[in-house]
Amino acid sequence: MPLSAPLRVGFDYTRSLGPVLGHFMTELRARRVVGVRGSDGRVHVPPVEYDPVTAAPLSEFVEVAAEGTVVTWSWMPKPLAGQPFDRPFAWAMVRLDGADTPLLHAVDVADPSAMSIGMRVRIRWAADPIGGITDIACFEPATNPLPTTYPQFAEPSTTPTRPSPQPAGADRLARGRPPGEGGGRAGDVTMVTTPIHLDVVHSVSPEESKYLRALAHGKLLGQRCPKCHKVYIPPRGACPVDGVPTTDEVELPDVGTVTTFCVVNVPFLGQRIKPPYVAAYVLLDGADIAFLHLVLGCAADEVRMGMRVRAVWKPAEDWGTTLENIDHFAPTGEPDAPYETYEGHL
Amino acid sequence: MAVVGFAQAPHVRATEGTTNGVEMLVPVFAELFAETGLTKEDIGFWCSGSSDYLAARAFSFIAAVDAIGAYPPINESHVEMDGAWALYEAWLKIRTGEVDTALVYGFGKSSAGDLRRTLALQLDPYTVAPLWPDSVSIAAMQARLGIDAGLWSERAMAEVAARAHGGDAVDLLGEPYIADPLRRHDCAPITDGASAVILASGERARELRERPAWITGIEHRIDSGSLGARDLTTSPSTAASARAADVDGVEAAELHAPFTHQEILLRQAIGLGDDVSVNPSGGPLTGNPMFAAGLSRIGEAARLLFDGLHGRVLAHATSGPALQQNLVCVMEAR
Ligand SMILES: [Zn+2]
Repeated sequence: MPLSAPLRVGFDYTRSLGPVLGHFMTELRARRVVGVRGSDGRVHVPPVEYDPVTAAPLSEFVEVAAEGTVVTWSWMPKPLAGQPFDRPFAWAMVRLDGADTPLLHAVDVADPSAMSIGMRVRIRWAADPIGGITDIACFEPATNPLPTTYPQFAEPSTTPTRPSPQPAGADRLARGRPPGEGGGRAGDVTMVTTPIHLDVVHSVSPEESKYLRALAHGKLLGQRCPKCHKVYIPPRGACPVDGVPTTDEVELPDVGTVTTFCVVNVPFLGQRIKPPYVAAYVLLDGADIAFLHLVLGCAADEVRMGMRVRAVWKPAEDWGTTLENIDHFAPTGEPDAPYETYEGHL
Repeated sequence: MAVVGFAQAPHVRATEGTTNGVEMLVPVFAELFAETGLTKEDIGFWCSGSSDYLAARAFSFIAAVDAIGAYPPINESHVEMDGAWALYEAWLKIRTGEVDTALVYGFGKSSAGDLRRTLALQLDPYTVAPLWPDSVSIAAMQARLGIDAGLWSERAMAEVAARAHGGDAVDLLGEPYIADPLRRHDCAPITDGASAVILASGERARELRERPAWITGIEHRIDSGSLGARDLTTSPSTAASARAADVDGVEAAELHAPFTHQEILLRQAIGLGDDVSVNPSGGPLTGNPMFAAGLSRIGEAARLLFDGLHGRVLAHATSGPALQQNLVCVMEAR
């Protein structure tokens, strides 16, 4: 079985909103919904920046109601991460009164039997609106009793220096840029930040799995391409020259030659070694491809092309299925390898 | 210009391979070369369709290029779309006269992540995606709109599934909903896979295959990214593509409909009569590898011509939520 491991990739996407969506989000924060009038007179909610048919830029805002009609719906029995509820709920497209296009959102009902096309629903506002689509917490049946009060909400101040208390979720939807840019009013919502996280199971190829399992035993295992006979480490599911999987196993020594290198002088996020240090391509003896690793154990300015280096392994009890078992490479003190021995691997 | 070869990896729920598709692509390329007698040196242009979101890594298509054996350097391109759109790019490339052959491939390992969630990332990033509406839920809302409008019914949807899988539509209607009004049989299975097609122009096509699938029309169109602004009970972009590609007289159609109601919707949008055989391959309901299934529709339809089963066929590919973007390719034997 090939090796696999869970991998979570994520990024907080930060997007500027522009005048149309910025106004929509600013109004949402004030618990109002605005649409925009299209070329054909339809009122789009959410507003669109350009008409979906004519592509004309749109700018005529129209306030619509916080109550509307379900146009269609579906039932979500097992919600997925990030969705509005972690209990069963309905998705619906809701045409707010005064709008011509429906808005997609969640409806908070306990059971699909509570849903129907044509049912009347109204917005349940989030306790702490911040200028994002999640300011609409969800919709609920319009027959529900109205909440006695929403938490007090103040109009945004026109003074940009007003200390803004960080409402829950403010880290999710950022509040914006300084006033005076782009013609918006001071305090308008100008940015939206959406954290995106995906969970995947990342698999390595059968060939790479052999290499990683060998590393856990302190061995460097390459494979030879059956066509061009080049030795790859890590081995590959396809030789990049011939497009066939590498096959014959070749155990390689932990000694090799620096083919090329760079001195890292710039600090960056997540850096584990204090600059300056050297990242180098190391061509193991008997291999036909170099890999990137660290060269430590000498001053950065002493590292050179052709320098002979040997792996410095971490203590065996710390080994896993990873090249990180080799902490770094260090000079062997041997004479430099002649240029001709590695010129084909640059 | 004609399709002269088609091969695809087995449709499986989960491969053990990597998300870069190499393990699926190497045998597919080998099969295509064996079928056509070509070698990689004969291919003038390579174009692929795949997605970094599915692979959860940046520039994932670069690793897939290893499967080609891309040395000496090749003439290569990629689209972050279904391979059907890579085929469109290759079709344009051949039309420039710069090359006379192209190999197009698409691949995806949907099983690596949670496909329903991943596909939420193709939605409007400002007002929709932050809610993470999943692909099945959006299709379910589309299905209900058509049911309510009388354009199709749960029964008609079950009949589409029964035709693809075998079984009895009435029995299928006894199954529970997974996203009311969709049942499991209404949804294409999550599938890992890859497929590849070889295109060739004029004389070259005649040399390579006795019955090439000559492309007489290929067009693609897109509908608004605003779900609410669209009439979800039809597909204007499919209808427009079909008009432009001239679908008159097609005898069979491979439709890229990942949901049963979408097959009915597409038949209606294209205007296919009851005499047109739809998805004789089984269609996406029997295997829907993301970023390859649309290209496979073109390959499967071409195969109907290779095998002499039909004289004029249609292939359709889709991308985006609820059939947002659509491509229609019409091919015929001569
Ligand atoms: Zn090779």
